[in-house]
Amino acid sequence: MTASIQDPAPVIQLEGVEKIYETGETKVHALRGVDLTIRRGEFVAIMGASGSGKSTLMNILGCLDTPTGGRYLLDGARVDGLSRNALADLRNQKLGFVFQGFNLLARTTALQNVELPLLYDRTRKPRDPKVLAKAALERVGLGDRLDHHPSQLSGGQQQRVAIARALVSEPTLLLADEPTGNLDSRTAIEVMALFQALNQQGISLVLVTHELDIAQYATRVIDVRDGRIRRDAPVLVPRNAAEDLVMIDAEGPDSLLDDPMAGAANDSRPEAFS
Amino acid sequence: MRQVTLLTIALQSIVKNKMRTMLTMLGIVIGVGAVIVMVAIGNGAQTQIQAQINSLGTNLLVVTAGAAQGAVSLGAGTFNRLTVADAEAIKREATTLAAVSPVIVTRTQVIGGVGNWRTEVDGVTTDYPSIRDWTATSGSWFNEADIEAKRAVAVLGSTVARNLFPDQDPVGARIQLGHTPFTVLGVLATKGQTSGGGDQDDVILVPYTTAQARLSGFAFVGQILASTSSTADLAAGKIEITDILRDSHRLTNGPDDFTIRDQTQIAATASSTTAVMTALLAAMASVSLVVGGIGIMNIMLVSVTERTREIGIRMAVGARGSDVLTQFLVESVVMSVLGGLVGLAVGVGGALLLGHLTGWATATPASAVFLAVGFSGAVGVFFGFYPARKAAALNPIQALRYE
Repeated sequence: MTASIQDPAPVIQLEGVEKIYETGETKVHALRGVDLTIRRGEFVAIMGASGSGKSTLMNILGCLDTPTGGRYLLDGARVDGLSRNALADLRNQKLGFVFQGFNLLARTTALQNVELPLLYDRTRKPRDPKVLAKAALERVGLGDRLDHHPSQLSGGQQQRVAIARALVSEPTLLLADEPTGNLDSRTAIEVMALFQALNQQGISLVLVTHELDIAQYATRVIDVRDGRIRRDAPVLVPRNAAEDLVMIDAEGPDSLLDDPMAGAANDSRPEAFS
Repeated sequence: MRQVTLLTIALQSIVKNKMRTMLTMLGIVIGVGAVIVMVAIGNGAQTQIQAQINSLGTNLLVVTAGAAQGAVSLGAGTFNRLTVADAEAIKREATTLAAVSPVIVTRTQVIGGVGNWRTEVDGVTTDYPSIRDWTATSGSWFNEADIEAKRAVAVLGSTVARNLFPDQDPVGARIQLGHTPFTVLGVLATKGQTSGGGDQDDVILVPYTTAQARLSGFAFVGQILASTSSTADLAAGKIEITDILRDSHRLTNGPDDFTIRDQTQIAATASSTTAVMTALLAAMASVSLVVGGIGIMNIMLVSVTERTREIGIRMAVGARGSDVLTQFLVESVVMSVLGGLVGLAVGVGGALLLGHLTGWATATPASAVFLAVGFSGAVGVFFGFYPARKAAALNPIQALRYE
């Protein structure tokens, strides 16, 4: 991609990023030289089969893992080679995570779950975690569920709590790893509608998914295969999740699914760990 | 703020696992409780022995025949070198001593009251009650005139009085010591047992002149007792007695043929014995504290494994390794200190109960309180560190994936 002068500042810049796992004698090339630039305000979907390296890419983007080669700039600053503590601080300040399994703390209220990143904030900004957490929950439409425990919430609601937790520290980038994988199709689209709304408010998003129709809600889709980016193209006309929801409510859930398998209802609501 | 937060997180986790926390704490409760009860028993014994030593009299100097341990041994059956003359010389010449009395020790059959009784009959002076701080509860002591006249008068220890005159006041009664009839002048207050377990009250006291003149058998000066008016004079008193006795025994060089012990020495010997006993008891009880600590470590290791995903989540949202370490360390310390506090209450209560049930003297020293709480905190840190470090070293990716 050629950057023009009008393009917003890059949030993520990867230059020849490699990741090699060494397990004993064998070396596994999870990433074989990835170049990628994601700019502020983008909504990027990363697609790929399992084993393609998309999870590794996601972990590196999320500062949970470090590349074995190449350069990674997050918000203009080098990330490769940083210490564990520096990475933890980056995750706290610049990144928000949304996971497939929600990963909320059990037996802990929604409000306390959302407060969690603020408790590890070392910048000592003068602010009240409770107020911020409440605001974040209201932003995802859960202002009336502050004192509910995860077990008292539906899967969609739990994922909203997780999104509120990711938003509460006003990160530079929101990373979502299969966020709809444990949700039924309607709830999945609800979550995508929320992501689209947040993106409209200017939040940069990276979404990892293996469902093509979910990826169609993003503004740009990247295909990863064998540790390399195989395709990187903008979505010319992204689907609008809010409109899709209206259509589902009018015509029934099967009305807009291109692939009947992709939206297979999954009502299971796995308990968060105890 | 952060410290408060970490404490809150730790307390939440402890409250969420009530049963497990309580069982884990039980180990520390028992450990600390056991240490406190044992120390209380040891300490109580020490206090009791101290009281018994004080019951010998205050500012007491005890002169006995024979060299002190460590000097040249004179062998068994060495002729007894303490005499009434020695006591009289000390009484006459010493300036720092408030009171001096020889103790002429005999054992005699005593007949009177309801039957007869074999007991120790000690010949002493009128200084004796002040040296031993020992008063008559009924009747009176003999006086100087009784000593001058070698009168056959006696003061009974309470054990003798109780055995011979169970139902009446023996004052004025007549008893027979050996073949000599004596008149009972008074009955002494009860002193109780010596630290060696002997009965101090199983004794009859008579004027030493009477003992010399009228009591046959193995009458000898067992010891010379002296007392100073203040503890500060004890050292000077000792030196004076040494000078006087060396002079009267005509010792120019060579070791003393007598030994002077003061109360502090006697007390030190006794308390070093009980200190060893207390230490031994506490050491045995500490084993249970260590076992309790291992229980904490065990539970914390289980907890770390069980909460691997929680750790992963915390790390994903920005917890540093040190944050996770602190959280788990605070958890184990809070658990062990709470256990220590409960153990403290159990220990103090247990010591009181034990004292009540067995009649043993128990005393919980204030230092034990700090020791118990401090030690249980240290146990929490020591046994909580390894699991906490294990948690802090987790890889966030693997932790998040943990099922």
